Amino acid sequence: MGKLKHLLAATVALSLAGPAVAAAEDIKMGALATLEGAFTALGEDGLRGVKLALEEFDYMAGGKKIELITGSSDASPDSAIRAVRKLVEQDKVQLVIGPLSGSEGLAVKDYAKTQPNVTFLNGSSAAQDTTLRSPAENFFRFNTEGAQWMAGLGEYAYNEKGYRNVAVLAEDYSFPYTQVFGFLEPFCRLGGKSAIDARFWVPIGNKDYSSVIAALPDDVDAIFVALGGADAVNFLTQYEQSGGDLPLIGGSITVDQSVLGSKGKARSFVVGTPSAGPVSDTWDDPRWKEFVGAYQKAFPDGFPSPSLFAHAYYVNTKAALLALNEVNGDLSDGEKKFREALSKLSFETPTGMVSVDERRNAIADIFLTEVSEGPDGNLLNKTIKVIPQVNQTLGVSYDKFLEYGQVGRENPTCG
Amino acid sequence: MDSRGLFSGSFSIKDVHPAILITAVFLVAYPSFATDFFIFQIGAYSLILGTIALSLMMLAGYGGMVSLAQLTVAGLAAYLMAILGDNSMGVMGLGWPWWLTVIVSVLGAALFSTFIGAVSVRTEGIYTIMITLAVAVAFFYFVRQNYVLFNGFTGFAGVEPPTLFGIYWRDPVPFYYLTLTVAVGFFGAVYYCARSTFGLALQAIRDNPRRMRALGFNVTLHRIVAYFFAGVIAGFAGVLLVWFNGRVSPGTIGVDVAIDILVIAVVGGLRHPVGPFLGAIAFVLLENFAIDLIDRERFNMVIGTAFLLVVLFSPDGLLGLWNRFRDKFRFRGNALLGDERVSKNDPTSTGSLEKN
Repeated sequence: MGKLKHLLAATVALSLAGPAVAAAEDIKMGALATLEGAFTALGEDGLRGVKLALEEFDYMAGGKKIELITGSSDASPDSAIRAVRKLVEQDKVQLVIGPLSGSEGLAVKDYAKTQPNVTFLNGSSAAQDTTLRSPAENFFRFNTEGAQWMAGLGEYAYNEKGYRNVAVLAEDYSFPYTQVFGFLEPFCRLGGKSAIDARFWVPIGNKDYSSVIAALPDDVDAIFVALGGADAVNFLTQYEQSGGDLPLIGGSITVDQSVLGSKGKARSFVVGTPSAGPVSDTWDDPRWKEFVGAYQKAFPDGFPSPSLFAHAYYVNTKAALLALNEVNGDLSDGEKKFREALSKLSFETPTGMVSVDERRNAIADIFLTEVSEGPDGNLLNKTIKVIPQVNQTLGVSYDKFLEYGQVGRENPTCG
Repeated sequence: MDSRGLFSGSFSIKDVHPAILITAVFLVAYPSFATDFFIFQIGAYSLILGTIALSLMMLAGYGGMVSLAQLTVAGLAAYLMAILGDNSMGVMGLGWPWWLTVIVSVLGAALFSTFIGAVSVRTEGIYTIMITLAVAVAFFYFVRQNYVLFNGFTGFAGVEPPTLFGIYWRDPVPFYYLTLTVAVGFFGAVYYCARSTFGLALQAIRDNPRRMRALGFNVTLHRIVAYFFAGVIAGFAGVLLVWFNGRVSPGTIGVDVAIDILVIAVVGGLRHPVGPFLGAIAFVLLENFAIDLIDRERFNMVIGTAFLLVVLFSPDGLLGLWNRFRDKFRFRGNALLGDERVSKNDPTSTGSLEKN
């Protein structure tokens, strides 16, 4: 009996030790992205960003070799926790890059609190509370979040476009709430209106927008649309077919390349739609152009131009590598030195300077764009303005910002 | 493991197969040599998934009713834990004491399961699957859209087991033993139930409902009661699931996960209550480690292929694979006995999809 138990123990121990054989001096980096489910294409692009940063450093930082281990989730917080737990507790990674989507980010932040000796850097998740309320000491976010991405759009819609009353159409979860809040907060402060009953919340993957279109009030000047991917295409097509003629204002992923590249009449209809986000495809800055060139060279089968997911993962990975260089790969003492270096880091990214605030959330430039027709008939986002160094509290103090309350369907009320 | 002694009525320690003893020792000693990751995420999670699949195995294997809503039942218990107990989302969280929350959650889940049974037991085969699938999908969309009670897309986080007797029950080792106790308890209950009058009647109803009705059995009621018991099992598993994850959201009870439960039960084997646990271990190991075996873009293919192979070469799952293997290497006489038993049970072994 005892012998058998021994044998079993040995077998199990052997099988457990299997995958994680590496030189002790290597640094293990885990990357968590959505490689299954609805966001697979986006997760894959996120990983391209990680690899691009690693290749730029030749998989070396602080004199040590970086070993990359991948984890996969399906965008649900449960699966993100299971994947990140495997990376940390089984593969013994010393730092994690990820996750991709908002609710995952909140879950991983909670998990980070239980693993004080591992440092977590965000992937592209953009929920506000990941860093705003009860942040984790060891969770860093070098990309900006959903409300920051809307910086300048509310003012632009009010001042330049002259809109006074807008309807809202968005998907019904945390990321669009954050975007709606980021747009409406300055818009309403200037005197704009958006009635609660003129805000429409649809489930992700909604196919039929006819009831929403029929219920749109007549007295609004524009519609703020925060839908992503196929949802945006469906709405635009149906709105155009039903003879809608209100101008649109887009969220960060509403009028991106995947929508503008689609065929059909909806294309011409969106010309002139303002939007804002952390990247701008057509920014003619050499830093951005160099990044796009490197991306296209390294991944011929990737997107025509790096998505904001590739960009966010790239920036976070690069931050980790730069900080590792600074501390010479010293991750002893609970990675204390490494975290200090991360907190003080301020570095050049393809979209300008990035640093983090005292809650470890990025302060970075935001791009205000407008859809226009390119010389060859293609639609593209023209960069109108770069809003420099937007912080998470959108210019007001932390305490004042907390008074605005948690993002949600009715925040701000703006009656 | 051996069902020949099932109906004899007598039971002594000598009848216990050495394999059972080895398994028992292994399960109890497991935390002494495994890492925290293997205790918690592989061990405890397999046991939880196995328990949910056990409730499906009981309905499908003994009752001939394949229900896709067992995860939904577990999910309701998980949600009730968050709604009635404590959570960190600021929505609901009535703060009931933990024991009351557990009791009400499990009972609520059992009643929900009874209700699903009541609307579905008059159907057979594929129609039962359709109705229970409809319930699962409806519940998934309901919790995703309902913000007042279920907090919509975000769901609940910060649901924790109590600290009792000075032990924090979410630590890997205590939590493992907690899930092990629950799983073994229900394993024994289902095993016993199969030999009880009720269990025998249920299996007879599966094989020939018309004859049982003619004999004066209330077929509908037997089936509904089976749903109630399955609901209790799934409800407890749901409580463990929310303690394991610390959270519950619509993604926890999505249709893809409900189908995972069916895969676990079928791959493990629907003929014996140990099947779902075998399936769950295989599933959890593959889910965690397939990504290390192959290119990250293809790892789901490994999972699918492994399950396809199991079902292709052994219609009654891993359990049947083991039986076949054993029969081949046994003494001739024993092999004959085994064959006889396998063929006797065969119609049931492929689940209830086959009507008699």
